[in-house]
Amino acid sequence: MNFETVIGLEVHVELNTNSKIFSPTPAHFGAEPNSNTNIIDWSYPGVLPVMNERALEFGMKAALALNCQISQLTHFDRKNYFYPDNPKAYQISQFDEPIGHDGWIEIEVEGKKKKIRIERVHLEEDAGKNIHGSAGYSYVDLNRQGTPLIEIVSEADMRSPEEAYAYLEAVRSVIQFTGVSDVKMEEGSMRCDANISLRPYGQEAFGTKTELKNLNSLSFVKKGLAFEEKRQARVLLSGGVIDQETRRYDEATAETLLMRVKEGSSDYRYFPEPDIPKFEISNKWIEKIRASLPELPQERRQRYRDQLGLPEYDAMVLTLTKEMSDFFEATLENGADAKQASNWLMGEVSGYLNSEKMELGATKLTPNNLAGMIQLIADGTISSKIAKKVFKELIENGGDAKEVVEAKGLVQLSDPAQLLPLINEVLDQNQQSIDDFKNGKDRAVGFLVGQIMKATKGKANPGVLNQLLKVELEKR
Amino acid sequence: MTKLYDLDLVTLHEKLTTKEISATELTKATFDRIKETEANIDAFLTLNEEKAMQKAAELDQAGITSDQPLAGIPIGIKDNIVTKDLRTTAASKILANFEPIYDATVMNKVYQAGLIPVGKLNMDEFAMGGSTENSYFKTTKNAWDQTKVPGGSSGGSAAAVAAGQIPVSLGSDTGGSIRQPAGFNGIVGMKPTYGRVSRFGLIAFASSLDQIGTLTRNVKDNALALNAISGYDKKDGTSANLAVPDFTAGLTGAIKGMRIGVPKEFMGEGIQKEVREAVEKAVITFKELGAIVEEISLPHSKYGVAVYYIIASSEASSNLQRFDGIRYGYRSENVKNLEDVYVNSRTEGFGMEVKRRIMLGTFSLSAGYYDAYFKKAGQVRSLIKQDFDRAFEKYDLIIGPTSPTVAYGLGENINDPITMYMSDILTIPVNLAGVPGMSIPCGFAAGLPVGLQIIGKHFDEATMYKAAYAFEQATDFHQQKPTILGGIAE
Repeated sequence: MNFETVIGLEVHVELNTNSKIFSPTPAHFGAEPNSNTNIIDWSYPGVLPVMNERALEFGMKAALALNCQISQLTHFDRKNYFYPDNPKAYQISQFDEPIGHDGWIEIEVEGKKKKIRIERVHLEEDAGKNIHGSAGYSYVDLNRQGTPLIEIVSEADMRSPEEAYAYLEAVRSVIQFTGVSDVKMEEGSMRCDANISLRPYGQEAFGTKTELKNLNSLSFVKKGLAFEEKRQARVLLSGGVIDQETRRYDEATAETLLMRVKEGSSDYRYFPEPDIPKFEISNKWIEKIRASLPELPQERRQRYRDQLGLPEYDAMVLTLTKEMSDFFEATLENGADAKQASNWLMGEVSGYLNSEKMELGATKLTPNNLAGMIQLIADGTISSKIAKKVFKELIENGGDAKEVVEAKGLVQLSDPAQLLPLINEVLDQNQQSIDDFKNGKDRAVGFLVGQIMKATKGKANPGVLNQLLKVELEKR
Repeated sequence: MTKLYDLDLVTLHEKLTTKEISATELTKATFDRIKETEANIDAFLTLNEEKAMQKAAELDQAGITSDQPLAGIPIGIKDNIVTKDLRTTAASKILANFEPIYDATVMNKVYQAGLIPVGKLNMDEFAMGGSTENSYFKTTKNAWDQTKVPGGSSGGSAAAVAAGQIPVSLGSDTGGSIRQPAGFNGIVGMKPTYGRVSRFGLIAFASSLDQIGTLTRNVKDNALALNAISGYDKKDGTSANLAVPDFTAGLTGAIKGMRIGVPKEFMGEGIQKEVREAVEKAVITFKELGAIVEEISLPHSKYGVAVYYIIASSEASSNLQRFDGIRYGYRSENVKNLEDVYVNSRTEGFGMEVKRRIMLGTFSLSAGYYDAYFKKAGQVRSLIKQDFDRAFEKYDLIIGPTSPTVAYGLGENINDPITMYMSDILTIPVNLAGVPGMSIPCGFAAGLPVGLQIIGKHFDEATMYKAAYAFEQATDFHQQKPTILGGIAE
């Protein structure tokens, strides 16, 4: 029996508003525990939540970017449960009238495009954090309490961990482009819970699903799902049944471990939040928000293909993050050729960032100095090989490409008057190679080029060198 | 000789501006009067004597001018209104030692007006009840007969004003909690339109119904006090961003041509005979004043009590979850783990009636019951609102009794919640519709005051005051004073 994998994702994204969603406290944490809190965040007797309209607009922006319909009458609901990091013992969320619904996003896996439907996008407040100390005590930090969140719930449309990965990448990219969140999974501003089940191919009904938590990076999502896919298949093939349970991904072992078995669904006793009036969202307001949306990854991708002539793959990679895409565009504005800029960003730059585990903005590379370097390659001042040295200097220490080249004496030797004596010197010392060349062994040329390059410390212009060498060899 | 504690706010203001009396003298006299009568009334949970005297001295120093109609006037505050550095208990053990670090918006308005808070007033725990017998601390007595209940939940607010301890108090009204005790004590109590007064700093019972209001001994005093506490508050998303008119402006006594409806449902079965008769006499008075009074129908009002106890309890079950023993308030000593902190703190901290309503509300919101209870209640609530909307297309005001009976005996209904709940049957529909309602004295039955309820259109308290004032001018019920055993009001 072969199984089809069915995956749905719930993604929480923190909105980067200045203040919290229902209180005027700054929505920045990382500060001293409980320093960014006030009586509303503590749920003091008598306090009331007041809607931060900016959060509502950010939510609309995200929902529109994810191709959602906006609920013109939207309201908040209370989700009731006791927990120390939830000081009201209810979370203000949205239950039956989410701000956005019925959206979609396009993904691409192995060259195949697919639309993943988005069931809903709703606004809610984040909870605080419990910190478990020693000596049996736990502590509550409410700095995060009230941070605005959107929850993006997909339909169970994904059929492999790779599709889930692509979906998350696409959602992250779209949200990042809208500017409403920095969507960093490692820092918790984007979080993902994954639901996965298997069913025999051809079966309509979904199998029993498990929910995976503690997926703190894109690759953990993929690895966790891949493990769970296999685990469920093993259970089913051995005649077992899947229990509806919540499982925790263990980063160290790349396995999923049982957290708790779900006994029916929890009763959160949702009801409309009486302290916050319903919001009527006019078409005018929706159109205003829509008009404020920046160019989204999908549109940029198309422009890179159609107007800049970049291959599909380049267009896709460059638009994965807004930072990379903006950098690319600024490099072009500084005069660089699109394909050259793309090659450098996808090759050397990405390689450097990966190996150093850095973000582009943290390096000394600028669109200006990258464009300058690409220009020096184009006009023959430096070779591509030398450029790699220049690049390392630029990304680590910054500066102007031309100045770096001059200061380090990396200018390419293209002048025949300078190259010819060096060529002849090498030829004089390598009669055997000349003989080999005469006997038709082309490999001898490569050896001679290498020798000359060595003599020029790699600075010889390879094109000019090859030409001159051929002529000199013929003369011998 | 008339005592200071019998005077109305206009007279007190005159005496203060002409310096016939000082704020210090008035405040001192107020505390003297409270001490003289408190053993019989038991209205106050906390006195604010030191700070009140200090405030009075400051006002005397600065001088009280004629543009501060309430400056130097003592006021009592229901104990579910949060007062900075002044113990606020909601009459519950769970907040018995709670000293807030902020002031409710109405308190800021009280201070802006120069009113002097003299103490916190007893109530039913978390405003749940109609007799003030559900207070964790003590039982307040009716000012007219100390063997009778003062009504509730703002029983302290009403009895203190009626007994001459203070000229004005703040209460809160979720299903009749200002009007019913005002009626039981023969004073004027106003529950303004939902959204007229900020709820920020009112310890929530039922968020969609709660409203702070004013209790005084006459209509003009009440209008003056409501002037001071009304208005939009950006800290309360449900407060109305509307200009507040001067509620004293229409107090002319002239109501000729005013159209008044009397719901037949408010005058039928279950209404005490003497109460009905007093209201019928009031109808005659209004007619004599030139008003057009006709019978109307509010057909869905009979479902009000059922709807109310679902909606109010549901909201309360959620609102009261924050009292978990973790951040403030009572925490049980008897704990081994987190679950114990929650369960034991709440079990030991809440009283019986509060627990009853938490259970009722939790049940109504539970999966499988939500549609049949909470959702259905919301639908019927809309019908009740529509009844009022329809009536107000034709009428300026609706009048009827405030309560089916006059004040009953202490302990008489405490073990009979259904009877207790039914006594709110005439006030509850007003909260469900969000319209303003008030109670004014309209007679006596066996020595106990009868309240006349006046219900107005949304944000039209001005018309209610106008009619109430005309009625007051034409009658002398508000001039009757109760005999307090500790001292006789003259």
